[in-house]
Amino acid sequence: MSLTMAEKQAEQIRQISGSDPYKCMKCGKCSASCPSFNEMDIKPHQFVSYVVNDNIEALAESKSLWKCLGCFACVERCPRDVQPGRVVDAARQLVERQRGGDHLHAEDIPALLDDDVPQQLLVSAFRRYRR
Amino acid sequence: MQRIGVFVCHCGTNIAATVDVKKVVELVRFEPGVVHAEDYPYMCSEVGQQKIAEAIKEKQLTGVVVCSCSPRMHEATFRNCAEKAGLNPYMVEVANIREHCSWIHKDMEEATKKAVILARAAIAKVNLNTPLQAGESPVVKRALVIGGGIAGIQTAIDIAEAGYKVDIVEKTPSIGGRMSQLDKTFPTLDCSSCILTPKMVEVSTHPNITIHTYSEVDKVSGFVGNFTVDIKKKARSVDLDKCTGCGVCQQKCPMKKVPNEFNRELNTRSAIYTPFAQAVPNVPVIDREHCLMFKTGKCGVCSKVCQAGAVDYEQQDEIITEKYGAIVVATGFDIIKLDKYDEYAYSQSPDVITSLELERIMNAAGPTNGHLERMSDHKPPKNMVFIQCVGSRCADHRGKSYCSKICCMYTAKHAMLIRDKYPDVNVTVFYIDVRTPGKNFDEFYRRAVEQYHVNYIKGQVGKVAPQPDGSLLVQGVDLIDNKQIVMNADMVVLAAAIEPNPDIRKIATMLTASIDTNNFLTEAHAKLRPVESPTAGIFLSGVTQGPKDIPETVSQAGAAAVKVIGLLAKDKLKTNPCTAKCDVMMCNGCSTCANVCPYGAITYEDQEVRGPGVREVRRVAQVNVALCQGCGACTGACPSGAMDLQGFSNRQLISEVDAICR
Repeated sequence: MSLTMAEKQAEQIRQISGSDPYKCMKCGKCSASCPSFNEMDIKPHQFVSYVVNDNIEALAESKSLWKCLGCFACVERCPRDVQPGRVVDAARQLVERQRGGDHLHAEDIPALLDDDVPQQLLVSAFRRYRR
Repeated sequence: MQRIGVFVCHCGTNIAATVDVKKVVELVRFEPGVVHAEDYPYMCSEVGQQKIAEAIKEKQLTGVVVCSCSPRMHEATFRNCAEKAGLNPYMVEVANIREHCSWIHKDMEEATKKAVILARAAIAKVNLNTPLQAGESPVVKRALVIGGGIAGIQTAIDIAEAGYKVDIVEKTPSIGGRMSQLDKTFPTLDCSSCILTPKMVEVSTHPNITIHTYSEVDKVSGFVGNFTVDIKKKARSVDLDKCTGCGVCQQKCPMKKVPNEFNRELNTRSAIYTPFAQAVPNVPVIDREHCLMFKTGKCGVCSKVCQAGAVDYEQQDEIITEKYGAIVVATGFDIIKLDKYDEYAYSQSPDVITSLELERIMNAAGPTNGHLERMSDHKPPKNMVFIQCVGSRCADHRGKSYCSKICCMYTAKHAMLIRDKYPDVNVTVFYIDVRTPGKNFDEFYRRAVEQYHVNYIKGQVGKVAPQPDGSLLVQGVDLIDNKQIVMNADMVVLAAAIEPNPDIRKIATMLTASIDTNNFLTEAHAKLRPVESPTAGIFLSGVTQGPKDIPETVSQAGAAAVKVIGLLAKDKLKTNPCTAKCDVMMCNGCSTCANVCPYGAITYEDQEVRGPGVREVRRVAQVNVALCQGCGACTGACPSGAMDLQGFSNRQLISEVDAICR
């Protein structure tokens, strides 16, 4: 069985984020926690169902992708370990890769790291603010 | 040489769809000892059993192998069938080709191959089987109930009413449990203590019931029908017989700053205390950890004011030993600690409370005498927010994976009671799902919405932030509107997940009863034996088995009582003849087996040993078959190979392994 483009992308999101969107019980705690909720067109809890429904195209075009602050409040509080913040971040990464836009060289990164800041937060920020 | 019959069951398509049963029959026909082999769609049916019985008689079978489901399902069926046909039941072995084979494999060729191998192993074993005779053991006609909440109380009453003696062991100073802390009960809103206290009185006055409060189970030995239990009666420091329950000691006690557990530590109590007014027994205990007399040696006020001379500072912990035929575990639950849920500010604001704390606040005997008020400034709230599923249905490291089951209903109850008594208070409930299966349950929840206009919002709260003005800022989401909500609340109530009483791990270990990953006790069968532990003679009552409300707990408590009565009604129990046996010729008297035996079934004695070229007195192991439960620990531990388990001898097991590896 060959996967469609949309299915492949959804699978990529799952792999990059390490998150299982099927675990979501649709409680909405991610959207309840999100400081950027009002800026987003696709809300954090909807992100998860977009991945379940292989609708990555819409995610990639959404405003939300660049409105997420990467604060990871949703990751911290998600009771189902779905961690929508990681899903958003994975979608961002997917878009960046498609554009061929790796603007940081891997060897430059260690010098930029601060031990007190979670690495994923940094990587997430690099992706967002390089625009 | 045995004459063995092999019977292969199709189990409808359960086995036959994955295992080629005809092929199994053809292949096992040539195994050593096999003189008969056949298959049938349902071996356990009357016709199937008839086929086994006929073959035993016609072919003079000395052993039977049934290839079917797990022996846990039908070993007894086939052994009874063989016994009726004149064969010793212990000459029957079951090869599990369903759970261990057809259900877990997809490939027919592979599954068939495995089924044949499993059949071969059973045949190899039967070739070495010997007839065994079951013995008998007497039943002590007395039951022990661990836990004096509504589950334990109901079980005890039902057993006592059938005419058997029951002891209740309760850890706290009074029976009553969680239910005594509740204000009203759903779905009928009767006052909890009004319906509970008559039962507490019934228990305390029943001639067949003995209550040990402020006591704990310390040690358990023995087996079904014959348990020996050490009960530790903690020193109460007050004489149960002399005390009149007048309460003067509690009024005069100068140490009044002890956190009151019964009121969920929302207020304080004295060091000498009864947990609540309707306590049974109505006799206080001295909390030695906080009592000035015990801490500094200077006080003695309670002793001075006691007219009855009941206070006894010298009292010691006491251990009593009792014998029981059956043990019921009814240890109940507590709510989880909320320190990991800091987003709800439970540890930051006294106005963020748990539902159980709200029960105490709403109760006339509670810390606010039943007035709904904030614990910070004792002002009445205007806006209240309830948050559901705090720690329930969690897949993360913070909470529990299960639904706590009672929260939807008690939150509807709280919301309704508040709206009824204080119509000015706005009540908002954030929910994920409203789960109300139960008689008149959904109607009850709908009443909260339709009649009392409780604002139910489908969504969750992300954060509760205490504000400088003392209010609470609640940020949540309304998933139906797809809008984030930011609102002010005066009180926030958290429906915290329930978890089994933490003592259960210790108790389960003493009883050798199994518990699941959530610390709930495991049933013998999830559907068909829900009130029995897999350990014979141990029964389950109430939340110790899984989350449940009061009606369900009472039903289960009754069911557990029936199982206990069924056991105590027997004068004797058939014992398992698969017990350990010592070959005195090989025993070197090292005591290893006696040290590992969990049942104290092995003793040593000097015995004359006779054999080829040997005639001397040696110290050798003796197995008391009435105590031996056939666990096999001694056979594994014995360094000289003298210990063997009848029915599971080393030779039999090795022959099975050989047959599998052939």
